[in-house]
Amino acid sequence: MPERASPSIGLAAALGLAGLAVFFAVWAGAGVLGLVSATFLPGPLTVLGELLHLLTHPYAGATLPQHLAASLQRYGGGVVLAVIVGLPLGLAMGWFRPLDAVVSPIFDGLRFVPPIAWVPFAALWFGTGAGGPVLIIFTGAFPPVLIGTYRGARMIEPALIEAARMLGTSNRRMLTEILLPGAVPSIVAGLRVAAGLGWQSLIGAELIVVSSGIGYMMVQGEAAVATSTVMAGIIAVGLVGTAIDLLLRAAERAVRRRYGLVGGGR
Amino acid sequence: MSAIVFAGARRVYDLPSRRVVALESFDLSIAEKEFVVIVGPSGCGKTTCLRLAAGFDFPSSGEVNVGGQKVTGPGPDRAVVFQHFALFPWKTVHDNIALGLRNAGVPAAERERRIESALKLMNLESAARAFPHQLSGGMQQRVAIARATVLDPAVLLMDEPFGALDAQTRVVMQEELVRLARVNPRTVLFITHSVEEAIYLADRVVVMTRAPGRIKEIIAVKALREQEGWDTLPKIEDVMDQPSFVQLRTHVWRSLRDEQVPSE
Ligand SMILES: Nc1ncnc2c1ncn2[C@@H]1O[C@H](COP(=O)(O)OP(=O)(O)OP(=O)(O)O)[C@@H](O)[C@H]1O
Ligand SMILES: [Mg+2]
Repeated sequence: MPERASPSIGLAAALGLAGLAVFFAVWAGAGVLGLVSATFLPGPLTVLGELLHLLTHPYAGATLPQHLAASLQRYGGGVVLAVIVGLPLGLAMGWFRPLDAVVSPIFDGLRFVPPIAWVPFAALWFGTGAGGPVLIIFTGAFPPVLIGTYRGARMIEPALIEAARMLGTSNRRMLTEILLPGAVPSIVAGLRVAAGLGWQSLIGAELIVVSSGIGYMMVQGEAAVATSTVMAGIIAVGLVGTAIDLLLRAAERAVRRRYGLVGGGR
Repeated sequence: MSAIVFAGARRVYDLPSRRVVALESFDLSIAEKEFVVIVGPSGCGKTTCLRLAAGFDFPSSGEVNVGGQKVTGPGPDRAVVFQHFALFPWKTVHDNIALGLRNAGVPAAERERRIESALKLMNLESAARAFPHQLSGGMQQRVAIARATVLDPAVLLMDEPFGALDAQTRVVMQEELVRLARVNPRTVLFITHSVEEAIYLADRVVVMTRAPGRIKEIIAVKALREQEGWDTLPKIEDVMDQPSFVQLRTHVWRSLRDEQVPSE
């Protein structure tokens, strides 16, 4: 693969910081110059102040960390469920052709339905229970897990499959010792996408079906026209999402190194 | 009884654009514990022929039998050493070698004993805990050979196993293989592009025509080798200096050379 021209790490960091600085300057400038009213778009300092305030002072029944904890719990549940279902199914579809033929059309149809479209059913089936948001996160996180696993399993070097068959490997062991580890780089890549989509879906879910969590906090803020609270929520969502992605990126790099694949994930 | 029999084996690939005859009326009987080497121009069907014996592929017509049974799929009785090693990158050297034994249900104690002796035989003791990508090409190839031979297969199928090695490593591997083959003879079907390698290793050398591949001639080496005492010479270069070896090499070389140039 031809190497893309890439700036050195120091330069990249500097450019990133510069970009953020410009972003905040434009944001602050819009308010200062009176282009938009503070209610429409609270300035960065106001939002930062609100963010710090929310760390210790409850809003909509809980502090920001408590809301985030509630959200992360549901999030964890949904993502874990997506892995529990998607991983074995993806591997099995990668190995057993008939299963692939049966499941693929259903899956291909369903995966284009945005997670938020399941909200009515989530509410109908689970009410305000924990199941609703978990189901919605699941619908967001499941397709990338399944696709990542399936692709990984299908793209394993044919010679490795032949070598395993020649060594008398059973179907079960083929799944666990050849397809699964062989698909790991692709699984981790899929997981990264799943984590992002799941997190996005979660916020959507919490806007509607629950009475705690960061999304709920934002809806309450919206109802009270507390725009700086909503904006603080957005920033918190972005920060946590970034943290999750950084973690998974590190995991991806570690996996690639462990497998002796050149380079690391971007 | 012959260990491997190709009876009129033919393999045709029907591609959308054209039809490729990869192997044509291939008749060959390989005896029990015989070491047969196939040489032939690139694309003449050598790999196809080995894959038929391995059970990865099946003849379009004709038959392939191993141990008196029609080949219906791959199995540990026919261990394959692949040209590009095909080691499992996520398994250590030890675990790569262990997989076949575990599949065969060999008890742990015996398994470890056999792995250890395979590692020793292949000079890999220090690499047991390493992953394949941490090894040199020569070491990886020795792991691939250990993984195949540890099963003590009736038949060993090797597709240009030394093709990816540098000349020095290759020579060492050839000598090791000869040592193994003479100590513990087994049925081997071996593919190479190197005429020297073929004559040095083989009991019989099979020369194939260019595509569509057929057998052009079969050259018996074993009787000559024993008569000239090649196996008593420790180094491959000593064997290659023998007038008997040189004469045979020239013969095979000419036979192959005729196949490189279209002659219509
Ligand atoms: N899966 C396939 N589909 C179509 N054609 C194939 C396939 N496998 C092999 N062939 C064709 O069959 C012929 C013989 O191939 P084969 O790999 O057996 O040659 P070979 O003697 O091993 O060549 P080399 O010395 O280059 O390894 C070639 O023309 C090749 O293109
Ligand atoms: Mg070949």
